[in-house]
Amino acid sequence: MDKILRVNMSDQTTRLEAVPAEWAGLGGRGLTSTIVAAEVPASCHALGAHNKLVFAPGLLTGTAAANSGRLSAGAKSPLTGTIKESNAGGTAAQMLARLGIKALIIEGMPAKDAWYSLHVNKDGVTIQEETELIGKGNFAVIEALEARLGKKTGVLTIGPVGELKMTAANISVKDPDSKIRSHGRGGLGAVMGSKKIKFISIDDAGGPGIKIADPEKFKLAARTFAKALLAHPVSGEGLPTYGTNVLVNVLNEAGGLPTRNFTYGSFEGADKISGETMHDVISARGGKTRHGCHAGCIIQCSQVYNDKDGKYLTSGFEYETIWGLGADCCIDNLDDIARADSIMDDIGIDSIETAVMFGVAMEAGILSFGDSKEMLRLLGEEIGKGTPLGRILGGGAGSVGKAYGVTRVPVVKNQGIPAYDPRSVKGIGITYATSTMGADHTAGYTIATNILNVGGYVDPLKKEGQVELSRNLQIATAAVDSTGMCIFVAFPALDIPECLPALIDMINARFGINLTGDDVTNLGKHILKVEHQFNIEAGFTKEHDRLPEFFNTEKVAPHNAVWDFSGEEIDEFWNF
Amino acid sequence: MQITLKLFATFRTARFKIAPQEVPAGTKCLAIVINLGLTEDEVGVVLVNGRHATLDHILHDNDTLSLFPLVGGG
Repeated sequence: MDKILRVNMSDQTTRLEAVPAEWAGLGGRGLTSTIVAAEVPASCHALGAHNKLVFAPGLLTGTAAANSGRLSAGAKSPLTGTIKESNAGGTAAQMLARLGIKALIIEGMPAKDAWYSLHVNKDGVTIQEETELIGKGNFAVIEALEARLGKKTGVLTIGPVGELKMTAANISVKDPDSKIRSHGRGGLGAVMGSKKIKFISIDDAGGPGIKIADPEKFKLAARTFAKALLAHPVSGEGLPTYGTNVLVNVLNEAGGLPTRNFTYGSFEGADKISGETMHDVISARGGKTRHGCHAGCIIQCSQVYNDKDGKYLTSGFEYETIWGLGADCCIDNLDDIARADSIMDDIGIDSIETAVMFGVAMEAGILSFGDSKEMLRLLGEEIGKGTPLGRILGGGAGSVGKAYGVTRVPVVKNQGIPAYDPRSVKGIGITYATSTMGADHTAGYTIATNILNVGGYVDPLKKEGQVELSRNLQIATAAVDSTGMCIFVAFPALDIPECLPALIDMINARFGINLTGDDVTNLGKHILKVEHQFNIEAGFTKEHDRLPEFFNTEKVAPHNAVWDFSGEEIDEFWNF
Repeated sequence: MQITLKLFATFRTARFKIAPQEVPAGTKCLAIVINLGLTEDEVGVVLVNGRHATLDHILHDNDTLSLFPLVGGG
């Protein structure tokens, strides 16, 4: 039977609880946001005793459904002050699901000045004091835990950035190759650090496993679903071949690739850091162009990127990271960007927030645009070691902007704006402005329809249709984020009619229920409203649903576009 | 007239990244696509001077035409 694990760090107790009826139909983001909204006072300090860190696998996680192995992490964000859900691949989600754990809730704060670890297995969860691995990077933690507890051990860990509670800290998840995936956004690593938990180890041996209510129906739906994923050109061919970084050239050509801290919309060195170039470099150096972040992923958008000597450098090397450290920082050296990616994994910092931050830091004159060597030094020697400058940088783009008096600071609700310029791709601007998470492209990925001709086409340079597009995608995404599915299933789901019904059929067959498409839409709406209400109680108003002023006044080349939505037009978003 | 043709992703295989093309006035994007040995269905995104266009779009002197298969990421 499914259960909730609750850990109280204040009195060092753990509890096994039955799943309340109102949580039974929820998973992933739907569950983490519901728990955070119900149990965390919206006005609390995100790094204080009243915040809670919640992990939840999705509704389909642990089953044979393709691409269903995502884990949601939720809390009040120390970066944004809003509710936060960030999901990641890796092995932990499927292990927790097979143990019958619907959610792991960590609350309170230890009184003693000591570090701890949690160990989750078939009997529940235990708290142990930890000394050996404190101060260590994430790769060293994973290596040590595999030696200590066995190769198959699942790991959730924070690096030094999380230990020092910097607000760009992430939570790292061990992937099937003992490398790293991340709950990247919103500073959840700092929340874990505030609870003084260095790592969570997971052993799923002897767990109850997943029971499917209607195995035949599930099998049939799972087959249809997988077929749709492989049939769509984006999920079946583009992503496996070039990874997400295929977007560099597309956005560059469309004038939506933020360059030099959001000053221009295209980058001279784009081709050198593009997915096409990266594919050739990986192939020539004996890396892997295809790689899955969790067992059962059939899209395989990840890769293994080797250095020029054929030695492993990084994996899970994403478009947003490459865009940010590349075009936005005017760096066209893909190897240095890969080195930075590896350091960020190791010290445990969000690669999107950090990339946006470096654009602001360059504008501030902390380092020069294009200086990749100094960027690597700042990552390892300042942020990784927690020097005073490192802590300012580790606080993200907004932190550096404030400390250095920069006015061009691309953040919404203090979270860095990723990879797509909202002036020349207007739909994504609505998502950045209105998302309950702060600026987050994944919350309602209008790039699909604005740029890529997936799910129809809405002209990225015009205002018409953008609010509705963003709203529909944000509702659908909130629902998909609750299933444990990778968000890239949205590409086939938008274009292939059998895909979404097959996804719903899998949920119905898994639980023996009868959800309709409308039920799923209503779930998405409900989640957004729960999250929005939390934010309102935390002090956010519609005036926070705005983009930074410079987008209104500074034209971005080549289309000379500005952000021209009025507040009233943006606020229409919440009219559902 | 002359246009600049840019190809991306799999369209580059056994072709090129960027090349000037001499084409008759009034040429539509579709004619360029067919000339490359591609079909309409294979084309995902068509940009003319950085703006989305349909394959019926008529090209002008000095235009830049960028062709992508259906790709995505994020």
